[in-house]
Order: sequence, then structure tokens, then C-alpha cells
Amino acid sequence: MVQPRPRSQKSPCPLWFFLPAAVIYGVFFLAPTATSFWYSLTRWDLTTAEFIGLENFRQFFSEPFLVQSLVNTLIYAVMTSGLKTVCGLLLAVLLTGNIFARGFLRTVVFFPVLVSTIGIGITFTVMMHPTKGIINVALGALGIAGPGWLTNPSLALFSVALVDLWKGVGLATLIFIAGLAAISTDYYEAARIDGATRFQQFRRITLPLVRPATITVVTLSLIGGLRSFDLIWAMTRGGPGFSSDVVASVIYKQYQAGFYGLSTAGNVILFALIVAIILPLSLWFNRREVAQ
Amino acid sequence: MRHIRPYVTGGIALLFAAVVFILPFMFILIQAVKSKSEASRLSFSLPQEWLFWQNLIAVFKARDYQLLLAYFNSTLITVASVSILVILSAMVGYIMQRRRTPWNAVAQIALFMGLMMPPAVVPTIGLLQDLGLFKTIHGMVLIQVAYNLSFSTLLYRSFISTIPRDLDEAALIDGAKPWQIFFRVILPLLKPVTVTNIVVQSIAIFNDFTNPLYYLPGKENVTVQLTLYNFQSMYTSQYNLLFMNILLVTIPPLIVFIFFNRQIVAGMTAGAVKG
Amino acid sequence: MTIHIKAYLASAALIALTAITPAHAEVTLSFLIDNNPDTVAAAEALVEAYQKQTPDVTIEIEQRAGGGEGDNIIKTRLATGEMSDVFLYNSGSLLQALKPQQTLVDLSDVPAQAKVDQGFKSVVSADGKVYGVPFGTAMGGGIFYNRAIYQELGLSVPKTWAEFMANNEKIKAAGKVAVAQTYRDTWTSQLFVLADYYNVQAAVPNFAEDYTNNKAKYATTPAAMKGFDHLKEVHDAGLFNEDFGAASYDDGLRMVATGEAAHYPMLTFAIGALKQNYPENLADVGFFAQPGDDATKNGLTVWMPPAIYIPAASEKIEEAKKFANFVASVEGCKIMTAINTVQGPPLIDGCPLPADVPPAVTDMLPYFKTAGLTAPALEFVSPIKGPALEQITVEVGSGIRGPAEAAVLYDDDVRKQAKQLGLSNW
Repeated sequence: MVQPRPRSQKSPCPLWFFLPAAVIYGVFFLAPTATSFWYSLTRWDLTTAEFIGLENFRQFFSEPFLVQSLVNTLIYAVMTSGLKTVCGLLLAVLLTGNIFARGFLRTVVFFPVLVSTIGIGITFTVMMHPTKGIINVALGALGIAGPGWLTNPSLALFSVALVDLWKGVGLATLIFIAGLAAISTDYYEAARIDGATRFQQFRRITLPLVRPATITVVTLSLIGGLRSFDLIWAMTRGGPGFSSDVVASVIYKQYQAGFYGLSTAGNVILFALIVAIILPLSLWFNRREVAQ
Repeated sequence: MRHIRPYVTGGIALLFAAVVFILPFMFILIQAVKSKSEASRLSFSLPQEWLFWQNLIAVFKARDYQLLLAYFNSTLITVASVSILVILSAMVGYIMQRRRTPWNAVAQIALFMGLMMPPAVVPTIGLLQDLGLFKTIHGMVLIQVAYNLSFSTLLYRSFISTIPRDLDEAALIDGAKPWQIFFRVILPLLKPVTVTNIVVQSIAIFNDFTNPLYYLPGKENVTVQLTLYNFQSMYTSQYNLLFMNILLVTIPPLIVFIFFNRQIVAGMTAGAVKG
Repeated sequence: MTIHIKAYLASAALIALTAITPAHAEVTLSFLIDNNPDTVAAAEALVEAYQKQTPDVTIEIEQRAGGGEGDNIIKTRLATGEMSDVFLYNSGSLLQALKPQQTLVDLSDVPAQAKVDQGFKSVVSADGKVYGVPFGTAMGGGIFYNRAIYQELGLSVPKTWAEFMANNEKIKAAGKVAVAQTYRDTWTSQLFVLADYYNVQAAVPNFAEDYTNNKAKYATTPAAMKGFDHLKEVHDAGLFNEDFGAASYDDGLRMVATGEAAHYPMLTFAIGALKQNYPENLADVGFFAQPGDDATKNGLTVWMPPAIYIPAASEKIEEAKKFANFVASVEGCKIMTAINTVQGPPLIDGCPLPADVPPAVTDMLPYFKTAGLTAPALEFVSPIKGPALEQITVEVGSGIRGPAEAAVLYDDDVRKQAKQLGLSNW
């Protein structure tokens, strides 16, 4: 029988192991997040803060271009998340099948994930130039009049979302490939023997069993989409006008203008938005898993 | 027929992937070696003169060799942040996995917040100013550590669960102190995931644009991404130099990718499938 | 023994001598400017001349971004005490946003101020104290036009808006772009609104004061709305270049210089860029003020140049003041007009204009020679300018939003700015 360890003996993991990380994390991330709630209720110029109650939030929900940014954020997040999930899964299915140059294709699809977002933004902005950009030139050669991808206010956000998809689908594909690899081939064997078509196999076996990966992709891309800033800023700066502004770019613009209280209110709204969307989503996913 | 199908689908997929995924990079390369007037036409034609070295030198010389300073700053921030990050997050991952304490739940929630929540920028700027860390490299390093702690810690925690406890116990019996156990026994065993972590975090921090934009304004502190962004407004008519700059900024992650392909893939999917 | 003592005494004397001689302390001043190539060239020339004159002073130039980012950089550095010893920044309302009474050194007693134009001093003052010295010449905001096209089509410089639009129709019929717009650089979209200010204050003289005191609004003052209305009018008449949404400031200059477009609404600092990039076409480019409805009251809206300021927290105020004095002197003025293309009359009394100024500049001079034909732009006579104007004008110019709605939005934006500045009456 093993003697119970005396209390005084040191544990291999002393509590102070938490400390350095906790200090840095607490000071530089948690504390500002906490104070942001206070500052969002003020008119602030970094030295003095004047309490104005919910005025900043009222502005966010009444001024047309601020409201627009909220709507755009939701549209952008849902669009990019949906597209990445669907395209990622389809690409993953293609790239786990038996095709030629599979390894090379996987590499090619994934590489954009690692590249500078600003670089990609600039490149695509140039390619999307309404008259000289190669996309419209190519379309013109086919006889189609290419639209103003980034200059047409109704298209600008959508165009940026497409570039976001281009850049991010590789990661979704990678996660799905890992998820697909975890599905035992026995299932497919059995299904094939039963005479199921490829499509039925996909619906009945692949989709359900790849759920963990799906959940991950949807959650990660939604969070990323809601917080998105770099690409939009590099490509349109929220323009033309305000048509592609999202909450993150509004936060930056208000900061540039010196409206620090309003900018911080934007942060709080983004925080609330993410909680309001991700939390119920996670609960819903978990409940369905339990039900299954 | 069945033997050809993989080749046909593969061929079509290859063509499609080439156009969609490779073409933009080819465009960057072509634009980067053209002369100024050719590049401003923004067309996909081959360059008439191959000005690779001239453009390269011009970009580096621009604004008093700002790009060199930017590379230095970016590298410094990346190396410093990742080093601190690895040690601190391994420590937390270790204790969360090994020791049952109510702090674990607190840490768990705090870390998940870090994965989801946007940092409050303006209050952070105010804080940095009060601490005298605004616009400093060390301030930026601390920020990067704080913002990337969550992912890194969770990565370590899930990996440490695969290290048998007996090793800790054995070392303890041998009379080793906790920090000795950690650095001599545990950390070396974490090498695979550490490599992955380093690679993934380095790329993320090197490519980071938003945080230096807010917290590191100023000429002495330019990072590579900020330089590229500033180039856009400076060189409105010199697309060749702009694209050479993009090319230069793209190269480091490409090199890392070529050497650490496996680790990157492993890191990105770590924990993803388990949910 | 004696030799040693002698050596000792000699060296001691030498040391004492060097100690007594007033050590000409080497002073280094830091000078923060924006990254506009013209600014850089002028600053470097001034610094070189000054360093030659005062060899124990070295000045290090540092560049920063322009536009909204630059505003931010200036505000932050002043707030954190990180500002350089001397810095360049806009005059007018942007200066007021820095709270000069608290953050800057009073430069009223700098000797060169005696010869500085009164109009300029009014836009760098707060509470009766002058905080800056001019860096460069005044400039106008109006419309560049291509003289070759005008000559070819037999057009004359319009004195009213109706004449301007008539010219545009003829130009469009001839197959050229009538008005170039360049919304990739959003700040260029504001010109139709801002350059119209002369006409606004001619119709409503109290507008600036009432506007600052929350009594007059863009949306409710028809004269002020005209700028927005004009923008919509020109867009709806299809007079823009095809790629106006993606074109850049560079493209706009190219178009008006080479005759691709007939008009480009812009500030005259563009003359410098035109000279640098399209020197052969410089003679083809003319300039006229944005016309209103009254041919007899056709005047120019003037932008005062940026100014040199000294932060109160600087440790080298005396030396910095001497440099500021140099910049504001006739000599400093001459250096600047020699380096940069002249974009308007100098603001230092006694500073001559070079003989070879381009036609666009000569077109501007008549406005300054007659009294009452110039007015400082609104941002100089009122501290409030909403930061979102350039995006709002892009919306109007792109046909996304109507002028009435845009004016309401802008008034709202202005209200935010006024409240942030802590102005009374808001």
C-alpha cells in the first residue's frame, strides 16, 4: 500500500506557474476589456472622460452609417463563414479522393492562409480595377462587362468577402481533411455494398461524421468574420462612402477622428455581438450532439 | 475508363486551382519585375525588361532603407513574443493539465475569452501610455504575448495530456524542484508541439497588421506589414515597387512553409477535430 | 622634476582654457513633417540653408503619414510628450483640435511675425496668441482646367455655375471627360463642397460664426447646400470619368494635364505634383475659382498653408524658435518658392515671386490683387470640421446618397466633433 503523500511535499506544478502568464494576460487583455465598458459610456479624449450615459450607443443605432456597419458586419460574417464551410468541405472531399497531384493541390490551396493579408488586399484591389484590372479584362475578352467590384457600393463588401474566402478556404479545407480522415472507410464499404450512390454516401455518412470539423470551421470563421478588419481596410477602407464599413473599421475610424468614447463603444458592441451569436450557436451544437 | 477518371478530375481540379490560387501570385511576381510604366498598365503581360534587382534595391532604399528597419523590427517582435509565449503558455498548460485546482475553471473561461473577444483597443492604448509602453517594441511584445496566449495554452494543454504522469512523479522522487521538473523533463518532451506552436505563432505575429497599426505608430517602429500599407499611399504610380514589396513580404512565410509544412498542418488542425 | 611640473601646468592651463571658452553646445533639433514629396523637398532645403547659417545646430527630419492617420499621430505624440522639437501641421480648425493654448509655445514674439500676413495669423491663433509661422504659400481651392481643350472648343472661363455646366456639355459632346473624379483617394471628393465656401460666405456672411455656435446648419442653409447639390448634378449629368470610383489623385492630375479630362476640382498644391510628374503639360493647365450663381461675386476660396509649431514640452524651445524665425523670414520664403512650385501668393511681406510661374498660378493672382475676391476656407474660420465629410461626399458623388440626406449626415458628424471639442452652445 502506498503511503499518502505528506501535504508539505511540493507538487510538481506549483500554483505560481499561473502567475507570469496571468499577469501579462490580465494587465494587457482582461483589464482593458473591463475598463472598456466604463469608457464606452463617456466622451473621452484619453485624458479626461465625461460621462454621457448611453449616448454613444444611441449614436451607433441611429446614425445611418453606423447602423450600416452593424448590418455589414453580420452580412460579412455569415457570408464568409457559410462560403468557407461549404467550399472547404467540397474541396476537402475532392482533395481526399483519388486524384492526380493531390499533395500539390493541397499545398496550393493552403498557401494563401499564410500570406500577408495586406499584400493580398493590395493585389486583389489592383486585379479588381474596374477598367484595367485583369479580372474585368478577362471578362471583357469573353464578352461580359465586368462590374465595379470595389467601386460599386452594392458590390464592394461582397467582393472583399470573396477575397476573404480565397484567402481563408485553405484552412477550412485542412480542418475538413483531418475530419474526413477520421471517418473509418468501413462505413463507405458497407454503404457501397448496399448500393448507395456517391451522393447518398456523402449525405448519410460524410456529413454527420464530419460534424466536429464543421462545428470548428463554422465557429472559427464566424468569429473571424465578425472581427474582420485587415482585408476590408486594405481594399476599400470601408468605402465607397460607407458601404463596406464594418464595426472593426468603424472602431478604427472613430479612433482616428479622436472620438475615443465612441470607438470604445464600438468595441463593446462587437464584444456583445460575438457573445450573442457564438454562445447560442455553441449551445445549439452541443445539444444536437447530445441528442445524436 | 476508371483509371482515367482520377487524372481527368485531377486535371480539371489542377487547372481550376492554378487559375484561382496560383494566378494572383504569378501576377505579383510579374508586376514586381516590370518597369514603372509597364506595371502601371496593370496587365498580365510578360515584362519586356526583367528589372528584378533594380526594383529590389529601389524598394529597400525607399525612405532611408525603411524596409530593412521594418524587417528588423518585425523579426525582433516575432522572436521575442514567441519565446516568451512558448514558456508562459507551456507553464499554464502544464498546471491546468496536471493539477486539480479551482483556478483551472477560471483560467479556462479567461482563455476562451481570449480566443473569441476582440481586444479593447483604445483603453489598451491608454494603458500603454500610462505604463510608458506605447509605441515601444517591448510594449508590442507584451501585447502579442497576451493576445496569443489563449491559442498557445490550449494547444499545450491538450498535448500535455499525452505525457504520462509517472515522469513527473519519478523526477519528484529524485528530489527535483518544480521548475527543474518543468524545464528539464516536461519542456523537452513538448518539442514537437513547441515547434508547431513556434511556426504557427511566428507566421501570425509576422503577418499581424492591426496591432502594430494601433500600438506601434511612428517611423522608428515600422513593421513589415505597416511599411507595405504605407507604400500603398506613397507609391500610387509605382506599382512595380509596390508589388516588389508585396513579394518581399510574402517570401518569409513561404520559406517557413516549405520547411515546416507538416508542423503547420498539425498545428492548425490541433484540437480542431476533437471539438 | 621641473619638466614634469611644466607639462602638468601646461595641460592644466589647456584644460582650463577649454573649460572657460563658451562651449558651443551642439544642438540637435528634431523636425516632424508629413511625407508629401513637396514638403520633404522644401523642409530639406530649409534645413540645409539653416544649418549652413548656424553650424552648431543640426536638424533631423522625421516623416509621418498624412491625412487622418497623420492627425492621429500628431495628437497622440503631443498628448504623450513625444513630439519633436519642431513640427509641421495644418493651420485652422485642425490646429484648434490640438488645444494650442495648452500644448504649444506662443510664437507671437518671433521677430519675423511682423511681416507675416494678417489673414494667416488669424488661422494660427488662439486666445489672441499666435502659435505658428507659415510654411509655404497660400493656395486656392477651385477647378483646374485643360487650356488646350478650352481653346479647341472655343470655351471661355466660366463665371457662373450655369456657364460651367454649359461648357461641360460641350466637352462631353466632343467625346472627352468633362470632370475628373478620383474616389480611390477619398479626400479629393470634398472639393466641390469645400471650394464653394467663397460663394457661401458671399451669400451668407455670418455663416461661419453661426455654424460654430450651432445656429446654422448645412442642411438648412441653401447657400451651403449648393456644394452638395452641385456634386450630385455633375454626377447625374454623366460628366465623370468611367473609373471615377477607382481612380487616384495621380490619375486625376494625369487626366487634366494630358487633356484626357477637361476639369479637375482640386487644391492648387497640385501644381507642385503637376510640375514634377507632367512638366511638359504644365503650360496646358489653367485654374479658375469654383463659380457660384453671381458673375459679379466670383471669388476664390483660399487655404492657408500649414505652419511650423513648437510643442510646449520641448526642451529646446529657444533654438526651435530661431529656426521658426528663419522659416518665416523673407530668406526662408525665397528658399521655399525656389524649391517648390509656387501655388499662390507668399504670406511674407517682401517675398518676391519667381518670374517663371506656371499659368495655373498666374490665373490665381488676379483674385488676390483685388480686395474681397478671396475668402479663407471654412475650416480656417471655424474650428469644427466633421471627419467623415470625405466619405459623405464620395457617397453623393457616386450617387449613393442624395444631397439633402448627406447634408443632414454631415451636420450630425459636425455635432460629434463639436461636442468632442467641448464647444459651448452644443
